[in-house]
Amino acid sequence: MQDLAVALESITRVHGVRGAMVVSVSDGLVVAESLMEDIDGAPIAALTASLATRLRRTTEAAGRRQPTFLHLRADTGTVLAVPSSGDLLVVAIGEQDVNVGLARLEMLHLAERGI
Amino acid sequence: MRSGGAMTDDIRVMTAQLAADPASMVFLPLGEALRQRGQLEAAEKVAVSGLGRYPESADAHDLYARILGDGGQLEQAFDEWDIALRLDPEHVGAHKGIGFLYFVAGDLERALSHLETAARTLPEDAGAQAALARVKETLARQPTGNGDLSGDGAGVLDVPPLDVDGADPARLFAGLEGAEDGLILLDTRGLRLGGGLTSPDGTEVADAVSAHLAGVSQEAGRTARLLGLGSWISLAAESPDGHLFMVAPTTETLLLVVRERSVPLGRLAVVTERAATVARSWLEGLR
Repeated sequence: MQDLAVALESITRVHGVRGAMVVSVSDGLVVAESLMEDIDGAPIAALTASLATRLRRTTEAAGRRQPTFLHLRADTGTVLAVPSSGDLLVVAIGEQDVNVGLARLEMLHLAERGI
Repeated sequence: MRSGGAMTDDIRVMTAQLAADPASMVFLPLGEALRQRGQLEAAEKVAVSGLGRYPESADAHDLYARILGDGGQLEQAFDEWDIALRLDPEHVGAHKGIGFLYFVAGDLERALSHLETAARTLPEDAGAQAALARVKETLARQPTGNGDLSGDGAGVLDVPPLDVDGADPARLFAGLEGAEDGLILLDTRGLRLGGGLTSPDGTEVADAVSAHLAGVSQEAGRTARLLGLGSWISLAAESPDGHLFMVAPTTETLLLVVRERSVPLGRLAVVTERAATVARSWLEGLR
């Protein structure tokens, strides 16, 4: 099995990405991370997992299948998330000018590989 | 009971300790002491500084929530207690705080759930037991679950519900693309204010979707804040059979736009921003 931290580097190499994590959705804990030093992954993991769960329930309530990609845009940056198989979520934190399209592709690729 | 002088001395000592060792956890009792003395501005500075060093401390979020609550910033207080519970699901102070906020908001079932957890976790906490008894008593008097908030907790959550009777919510988005299906404006409690949404099989789902979105704005805001990204601007979710796009027209509302997957997210952002402008005007008209 490929080392997760190494796998995450395919995401962190994308322009503007400040870090990437694999998060357990059910408990909001970090499974693996590759983050810049100034980012504390644990609380971000908890909140992102919570947000992803809420949006999954929302899309279900709307009669749609569960989300394949989430994008939170903020004043000076962005948070991207891709649900993987089972209970895992691939999360990336990016600068304002992050290449969202490429980051999304790398995240989907990692998620599709079943992490 | 302690004298005011003794407490002032304590504050002095703790302030000195914190100055000597900024990483000390003494900010917790110091912030609480300042709060109890009503020095909310000073208490907030201490709490925020402590949170900067210990963002994963449930106690720090609990302290900040109590300070915010004393200052009447109840939504923010709720957010902080919510974070505290995510960090420590058994945190008694956070359960008590959120339970109290639910109680004064009239959501007795949720209040009961949180206060029962607090009372079960710390049975010797007289405050939790008293609050639990109060909620049970109110529930017994109000079997429908609509609490009479005329007691001593009433008025604390002084955020009046939006008055949607002053304008026609059914026509809120009239003239916009997808005005009657695929646009929802809701408040922070997950109550639909206007717009509508049906599922692909034609079922009306606007109210159910609104309920699930309660608190999303706050969670998005917290996530952005924790990362130092400023305020959140939009939240998008791609699904194999549709796109969801959300913005907050005001701090009290959330706007959801749902479109088929064939609609590019960029166009969805434009549609959403137009709808947000309409929603803001409509809300202004209600006030």
